Amino acid sequence: MNFLKGDLIGKFKKGLAKTREILFTDLDELIFGQKEIDEKSFEELEEALIRADIGPSFTEGILKQLKDKKQTGPLSELIKIRMKEILSPRECPLIIPDHIVPFVVMVVGVNGTGKTTTIGKLAYGFKEQGLSVLLVAADTFRAAAIEQLIEWGNRAKAPVIRQKANADPAAVVFDGLNSALASHTRVVLIDTAGRLHTKVNLMEELKKIKRVISKVVPGAPHEVLLVMDATTGQNGLAQAKMFHEAIGVTGIALTKLDGTAKGGILVRIAYELSIPIRFIGVGEDIDDLKPFSAEDFVEALFTKPGES
Amino acid sequence: MFETLTEKLDNIFKKLRGRGRLDEEQVNEALREIRMALLEADVNFKVVKDFIEDVRKKAVGQEILDSIAPGQQVVKIVYDRLVELMGGTTSFIRFGNRIPAPIMLVGLQGSGKTTTAIKLALHLAKQQKRVAVTSVDVYRPAAREQLIQLGRSSGVYVVEVEGGQDPVGMSERAVFEARRRGYEVLILDTAGRLHIDNDMMEELKRIKDAIHPAEILFVADAMTGQEAVNVAARFDELLAIDGVIMTKLDGDARGGAALSLRAVIDKPIKFVGVGEKTDALEVFHPERMASRILGMGDIVSLVEKAQAHVDEKKARELEQKIRKQEFTLEDYREQLLQIRKMGSLRELLGMIPGFGRIKAMGNLDLDERELVKITAIIDSMTRKERLNYHIIDGERRRRIAKGSGTTVQDVNRVLRSYEELRKMMKKLSTKEGKKALKRHKFPF
Repeated sequence: MNFLKGDLIGKFKKGLAKTREILFTDLDELIFGQKEIDEKSFEELEEALIRADIGPSFTEGILKQLKDKKQTGPLSELIKIRMKEILSPRECPLIIPDHIVPFVVMVVGVNGTGKTTTIGKLAYGFKEQGLSVLLVAADTFRAAAIEQLIEWGNRAKAPVIRQKANADPAAVVFDGLNSALASHTRVVLIDTAGRLHTKVNLMEELKKIKRVISKVVPGAPHEVLLVMDATTGQNGLAQAKMFHEAIGVTGIALTKLDGTAKGGILVRIAYELSIPIRFIGVGEDIDDLKPFSAEDFVEALFTKPGES
Repeated sequence: MFETLTEKLDNIFKKLRGRGRLDEEQVNEALREIRMALLEADVNFKVVKDFIEDVRKKAVGQEILDSIAPGQQVVKIVYDRLVELMGGTTSFIRFGNRIPAPIMLVGLQGSGKTTTAIKLALHLAKQQKRVAVTSVDVYRPAAREQLIQLGRSSGVYVVEVEGGQDPVGMSERAVFEARRRGYEVLILDTAGRLHIDNDMMEELKRIKDAIHPAEILFVADAMTGQEAVNVAARFDELLAIDGVIMTKLDGDARGGAALSLRAVIDKPIKFVGVGEKTDALEVFHPERMASRILGMGDIVSLVEKAQAHVDEKKARELEQKIRKQEFTLEDYREQLLQIRKMGSLRELLGMIPGFGRIKAMGNLDLDERELVKITAIIDSMTRKERLNYHIIDGERRRRIAKGSGTTVQDVNRVLRSYEELRKMMKKLSTKEGKKALKRHKFPF
């Protein structure tokens, strides 16, 4: 495993360039420079947006809004402006204030979205900022999840609080937070087991973990970070809604944007829920987690291939 | 909140049913909504396009216009086409005649390959196969450790290849080792990778060339969006995969990706993952899936699920009680517990035909928390009260509400629904009720 490969921005652009290609092989010819909005270009745009996982009803809604406004100009410009309007209010980086010690981050999400990897990257990022970091292995369910977190802890040089596999996650959290309090650690990152948002008992378990956190550290968790996979389709909205309903999500990290998936569901989530979008994951290396920028996200999505 | 494909199609067809005969415009309207619903379910854009054209051709013909029940006919056309798209028949694993038969699992990161490897091993072991698993994932931290731990806890033999960081060599040595130990099947868990990562994809190709797997199975997440087909197509192009295992179908994803994959890469979906436990792997049934998507219910799965969880002896005792009209609040609580054991209410009700309409009627509270509340209320009663609900007066109701952290209104509601239930049971135990049961016409 070679990490610290560098050229983060390049990789990010490479990832999003694929998105652009997909959007624009279909769109570009028809829309750029066109003066008026006609039926055909609407259809083309609809297809491109749906294929970006923005969702059919949402796409219809956006296009209808544009149609009603009777604006002229290149359609892609109009849609770009609209998307930025939706996403910009959600652009809200995660800042660790000096007066909150420890700053407790609880990381949640469905199975396989990349929670543990994201924690590894976060730990590295905070350490780079000169903050002390402690990891808590509260995913006691998945086999070797603890070992995986320990490996990331080694890479980021952050200690990991753990218990045996199948231990009560709330008990691990209790231990972890007390240890953080004793050592005056600045940031605590809590890894939880992946769970489908429809599993009532597992969502109840998350609530319990959250209660324990706030008992040990009043006011905590200061961040409940939902990790989502960019390849997710419309189910992503249900995920965000149900996690939010259950435990109050305060931030989203969208992972795996280095593939061809476009992460369009993020726009729909941003439109329907007011949850800040914190990070995007653009690769497997330890420095491949970037703060979310609405401008970049939309620009990259709507720049002609080869421009950027 | 989340209007499912099932509910949408139900609404559309209810409209059609009310109309008798269809003209082209009406068909178009219905198809437009089917299109939206399928897209909302993450069925691939192109697949939906072809699908709609296909159904349109069949629907806007003489055939449908002349029929008496056009709405139902549209449902049937859509259903048949869905089943056809998803494979028509159920597929199984081909082992070939080599010992061991290597089965390679491939896919994106986080799709569930490692868990699936163990599930598949246990599934095949039930067919009297001697199955071993091995991990050649040298990239993800603790990936091999995960498989070893899973193997240990579920009793599946894990071939641990010593030394080296080269997955190709490791695969060869694992096959050799499995053969030496007399295993008939070896399941290879490979590292998750992006379909556009050429080096990593090339590595899979080299593993394939080195061990000539009997089957290469693509593991896909049921929640995947529009990209599902592009990803699978790339894996297929390079490796010529033999089939798909769809994971995480126990959530509320409509599984549009399943439909798309089958249509685009023309490879069967062989298994579906339906839970976190190691036995939660099922053979894929296209008919069930199509029914579920169309809101015609998945009654077969529901019955299977009920059989797996309901204690037969208890069920018989209950039947006796219903006959003798001795169904107490204690039995009521027992029933609620049984239901909870089977899974989430939403999931269970989704399997029942026409569920979408029941929900729309609004007289059925689906909230899981409601179940918890009811159980708490019954728990707060004394045994005497549970056996004879008539003695529960205002004073007792207040005490029960306090004890269960609810309100007197809540307690009243529980008692009312219990009374309703008793009335229904009384009807059932009459002569007419029994007759109705025989004709499958429930009086409620």
